Order: sequence, then structure tokens, then C-alpha cells
Amino acid sequence: MSEITKQRPKFLNLVAIRLPLAGFASILHRVSGIGMFLMLPLLIWLLQLSLGSAESFEALKSVVANPLVKLILLGLLWAFLHHFCMGIRILLIDVQIGVEKEQACTSAKAVLAVSLALTAVLGLKLLGAY
Amino acid sequence: MNRIVVGAHYGLKDWLAQRVTAVVMALYTLLMIVAVPTVDGYEGWRALMSHGLIRFATFVFIISLCYHAWVGVRDIWMDYVKPTAVRLMLHVLTLLALVGYAGWAIQVIWRL
Ligand code: HEM
Repeated sequence: MSEITKQRPKFLNLVAIRLPLAGFASILHRVSGIGMFLMLPLLIWLLQLSLGSAESFEALKSVVANPLVKLILLGLLWAFLHHFCMGIRILLIDVQIGVEKEQACTSAKAVLAVSLALTAVLGLKLLGAY
Repeated sequence: MNRIVVGAHYGLKDWLAQRVTAVVMALYTLLMIVAVPTVDGYEGWRALMSHGLIRFATFVFIISLCYHAWVGVRDIWMDYVKPTAVRLMLHVLTLLALVGYAGWAIQVIWRL
């Protein structure tokens, strides 16, 4: 092993360091990914209800009317929107768009804001506000 | 980094696969944003999802999602779970779950 690899810190103490906003958005990308993974059975079940028959389509409506299910779906909505926006940002950075520190910071803020705003707009629809 | 335990070789391939599957899912999302608002009620939804092209796209989406989640979740286990035996077990469980989900979801759309 070279000297350089030896000198690298192995662990970052997430409590001790001040995490920049882009780091925060990255962690949420991970959280949202694992959250969606864990909820896949619920989502496939809902898909199955939506396509099974006219009766199961109606059953889907009453499942979604359950407050707990609504809450989970609201969380998943945010998870998907954040993961989606952050995913696009990562892909753009991969192709060398927005790599500069300042741009990367701005885009991380934009991702956090846009996904929260979209969650609010679509979430109100899910909750039946309009 | 302990190369013996994590293995080697698959890093770049999986990194690329995660990107390709991400692009596929993003395109499918855009397709659905355009298509779904045009349908109404159960019959309309069913008609949309049983259309040949949409079904093809949904199939590719499901496969992409499961491959993407496999790479992503495996990376997360590799980052946080140090004991090799526990980690390998989590890898196997993740893989089996995703294979099952893929079969289940494909069965839902293919029966239409
Ligand atoms: C349009 C949809 C999606 C896009 C554009 C997208 C994009 C991405 C990208 C670019 C990465 C790589 C991140 C990196 O290397 O730092 C990633 C990681 C990941 N994705 Fe997705 N993804 C999408 C949907 C999903 C879905 C539906 C799931 C779960 C079922 C998921 C789970 C994950 C996980 C667990 C990771 C690993 C996160 C990490 O290592 O921190 N993704 N995603």
C-alpha cells in the first residue's frame, strides 16, 4: 500500500464534522434509496390492486384512504422526488456538468428545495386538498 | 480497504449499470408523467398499462429498478456492515428479495 492510501482518514465522524449542504443532500439520496427499497412490496401490491380488476381498483382506493398508508406514500413521494432530482444532479456531474464547487453547492440546494416543493404540491393532491 | 473481503473487478461495471438503469428509470418517469394524466378510472389505466409499447417500457423499468436497487443496496451493506458473514447474508437476502419482486411485478403487468 502506498503512503497516500495509508494517510487517508478511514472514518468521518458525522457528528463532529460540519456537513456541507451537498453532503446532507447526498445522505438523503441514500436514505431515500433504501426507503424505497424497503417499501417495494407495498408499491408492487398497490400496483397489483390497481390493475387486477374493477373491484380491486376500488379496494385500492380504500387502502390508500388509510392515514398510515397515506403517510407512508407521502414519505415515498418525497423519497422518489429527492432521489430523482439528486440522481439527475449526480448524472450531470458525472458528465462534467456543474462540477465546480460553487455550482455543485447551488445544485444541491436546488435539489433539496425543488423536491420539497414538488412533494408539497403533489402531497396536497394525495391528501385530497384539491 | 480490504480487497480480499469485498472482492474486485465488478466496481466499474456496476457503477456504469447503476447509471444506465438510472437513465432508463428517469425516461420512464417522464413517459408516465405525460401518459398518466390522460387516463381516467380503472378502464383507462388498464388500457394504458396493457398497451404493447407501455408494457415493454414497464418491463424494462422493472428490470432496471431491481438491478439498480441491487447495486445501490449492496453498496450500502458494504459501507456499514463489517462482519463478512452478516454482510454476505444480507447480500443474498437482498438479491433474493429483488428477484422475487421483479417476478411479482412482471407477473402483474404481463397478465393484462
Ligand atoms: C428515476 C429514478 C432514479 C434515478 C434517476 C436514480 C439515480 C441514482 C444514481 C445516479 C445513483 C448513484 C449514486 C452515487 O453513485 O452516488 C443511485 C443510487 C441508488 N439508488 Fe437510485 N435512482 C432512481 C431510482 C431508484 C429507486 C426506485 C430505488 C429503490 C428502489 C433506488 C435506490 C438506490 C439506492 C439504494 C442507491 C445507492 C445509494 C448510495 O449508495 O448512497 N433508486 N440512484
